[in-house]
This record gives sequence, structure tokens and C-alpha cells, in this order.
Amino acid sequence: MAIKDDNNLQRKVLLDRREALTCMTWAGTGLLWALNGGVPLTTGLIGEASAAPASETFTFIQISDSHIGFNKPANPDALGTLREAIAKIKALPVKPAFMIHTGDISHLSKDEAFDNADQVIKEAGLHVFYVPGEHDVIDEQPGQAYLARYGKNTKGAGWQSFDHNGVHFIGLVNVVDLKAGGLGNLGEEQLSWLEKDVAGLPPSTPIVVFAHIPLWTVYPEWGWGTEDGAKALSMLRKFGSLTVLNGHIHQILQKVEGNAIFHTARSTAFPQPAPGTAPSPGPMKVPAGELRNYLGIASVTYIEHDKPLAIADAALSAGSAL
Amino acid sequence: MTSRKAWVRLCGLLALLALVACGDKEGESKASIHIDNFTFTPRDITVKRGTTLTWFNDDDIPHAIAANDKTFRSKAMDTEQKFAFTFSEAGTYEYFCSLHPRMQGKVIVKD
Repeated sequence: MAIKDDNNLQRKVLLDRREALTCMTWAGTGLLWALNGGVPLTTGLIGEASAAPASETFTFIQISDSHIGFNKPANPDALGTLREAIAKIKALPVKPAFMIHTGDISHLSKDEAFDNADQVIKEAGLHVFYVPGEHDVIDEQPGQAYLARYGKNTKGAGWQSFDHNGVHFIGLVNVVDLKAGGLGNLGEEQLSWLEKDVAGLPPSTPIVVFAHIPLWTVYPEWGWGTEDGAKALSMLRKFGSLTVLNGHIHQILQKVEGNAIFHTARSTAFPQPAPGTAPSPGPMKVPAGELRNYLGIASVTYIEHDKPLAIADAALSAGSAL
Repeated sequence: MTSRKAWVRLCGLLALLALVACGDKEGESKASIHIDNFTFTPRDITVKRGTTLTWFNDDDIPHAIAANDKTFRSKAMDTEQKFAFTFSEAGTYEYFCSLHPRMQGKVIVKD
């Protein structure tokens, strides 16, 4: 009885396993199709699925505009508020993969300011990728102090690209060779490099671009835009997922355009007024006790292929981590 | 005799003072531009050749002066810092802030 029952049982199990494997194969094919929904595949064999690049969820941090060396009433302690931002990052329950700083690390490109910023940022225990802001390239030999510290593995004035878990990151520099009356500037050499950098990438590659001044036109009256930013963006139009991260304006602005998400980060030093709401885009003094509502960091999470990256902003005043 | 000498000396002194005073008014050897709220005031200025023009940064953010034709260029000026340039050639000099290039100004230097 037991043996018969066992044989019957085994047969049932075998059939179930065969059915299960068939279902899994089918499900695997279906999953492959869904993952690449934006770029249709004519076949969906498991063999191809296993050859597809493995992607995992990961999070990275964006901080910006630390302006170390700034000490005016809007914030007499820019180093202190940077330290608070880094402490917030350190307290995250899951350690981010790395950090991006979208420029204006220092206020006046002074060695001491860069030193102090580096000391504090090191406390996060993360690798940091930098792009300069216009305040970082005003030393005696413009831009040399910045490159001496942050220029490793970069080209020209500090542009670079790298890959992480199948996502292609591009750091652009739009704060040098600024022309009278103009906005931010990328320049032909950098644009030529960018074109070659992305030429061989399949359109399904998620792209993250980061630069100091907004690559899109936010408010030209205050210089909030990049003269040749549209040229760069047109080179990236073919990609199914594009995330553009900027700083410079010391406030969060976000827009979605087709496959592209544009996001600007808060500063860790001082806020600036919303476009056109003040005579100029200078440091904005806020009522005592409210400064930390206006300063903050951003976390960016890559969740799933062909889905937009998730951006979460947290003010320094927010009690919990992101 | 004594009073005549004194009179001559007084006239001489007065003439000298007049010359010096006239020299200041005619030459306008010094002029200034103030920077505040991301703006140069005056935006356009006319000065005589030989004038030393000083930009004063009254703003709470650094600025830097750069001539369009590269005739002059300042280091970055923080709040309360200044930059001076003496215009020895007549002409029109357009300039901008190299940190904030939308900020522009013009110096017209006349003989």
C-alpha cells in the first residue's frame, strides 16, 4: 500500500515538477518580455534571458551646493549643516552604493574650504563622484585646484562617465568658459566626447546625467540654464530612461518630459528664492529656526529596468532618514 | 615790500590750489561701480582716459569682472572686496561677471 501510494505520489510529484518547470519557462519568457517592454524582443528564449545584463535595485545619494567658506547671515555655519547632511546619510538603514555631489563644493575655491568639505564628506564612508560648480573654479589658475583634488579619471574640466549595475552615469561640466550674457556652457570638446561616450550604448541602457547648472532652461533671467544643454539632451533622446540631476539653484524643481526626468537638489548651505520672486538669486535669509526646512539631500533609487528612477528628497529638518 | 611778497605768495598758493582742484574735476581720475543684487550700478559709465575705476562688491555673494575683449579681469571678489583698473586707452569696454555671465556692464572711456 505504502509503495503504491509512494509510486502514485512520486508520479504526481514528477508531473507537478514537469508542469512547474514548463510554467517557469513560460513565466521566464514572459518576464523577459516585460523587462524589455520598451524595446521589443522578437524572441524570448530562456537562453537569451540568461544572457541579458543582470540589474539589481540600488540607491545613490545626490548632495549639492555645500558652499564651504560661506559665512553670511543666510547660514553662518555651512560646514555644520553639511555635517548634518552627512550624518543623515550615515544613518540610512541601507548603505547607498555611492554619492554624487553636483558642485559648488566650496564658496571661493579656497584650499581650506575644499579640505574641510573633504573631511566632512568622508564621514559618510561612500565613494563620491563630483562635478564642479562655478564657485569651484575661481582660483588663481581657474579650475586647477578642483582638478587636483577631483580630476582623477575625468577629462577636460572634469567630465566623466561610469557604469553601475547596468546604469550609465555621465558627469558633465557646464561652468567653465562662460560667455558674456550667456548661461551655463558645455562646449564643443565635451559635447564631442559625450557623443562618442553614448554612441555604442543600446537604447535600453538607463542613463543618469549630472551637472551643476540645470541642463534644461529653468529661468534664463537668473542664468538658470545651459546654453548648449539642448545639444547634449538631443544625444540622449534615444534612451528609454534618462534622469538628469542638477544643483545650482538651491531648491527642488522637477519635470518629466517623455522618458526623461529632470531634478534639481536643495543645497546643504543656504536656500535661494524661487524664480522671479526676488530681485536676484542670492542667498535667501529665512526666519530663525526654519533654515533646515530649506536644506537637504536626495536619494535616487534604480528599481527596475525600463522604469524611471525614484527620487526622494529629504530636508535636514526631516526627523527620519529617507 | 613785505606785504607785496606775502600777496604774491598768497596768489601763488591760490593758483596752485585752483590748479589742483581743477585737475580733480576735469580728470575725474577716480570712479566707482557698486555691485549688489547681481547688478552693476551704474550699469554703463563714462569716464576720462586715465581714470581708475574701482568695482566694490557690496553683494552677499562673490563676483568677478571680465572684459569681453580680455583687457581686464579680476580675481573673485567676496563681499567687501574690490577690484580696480586704470583705463589708459579710450574706447568702449563691455564686461560681465565671469561667475554670473548674465550680469553685464559697459565702460566708455573718452579722451
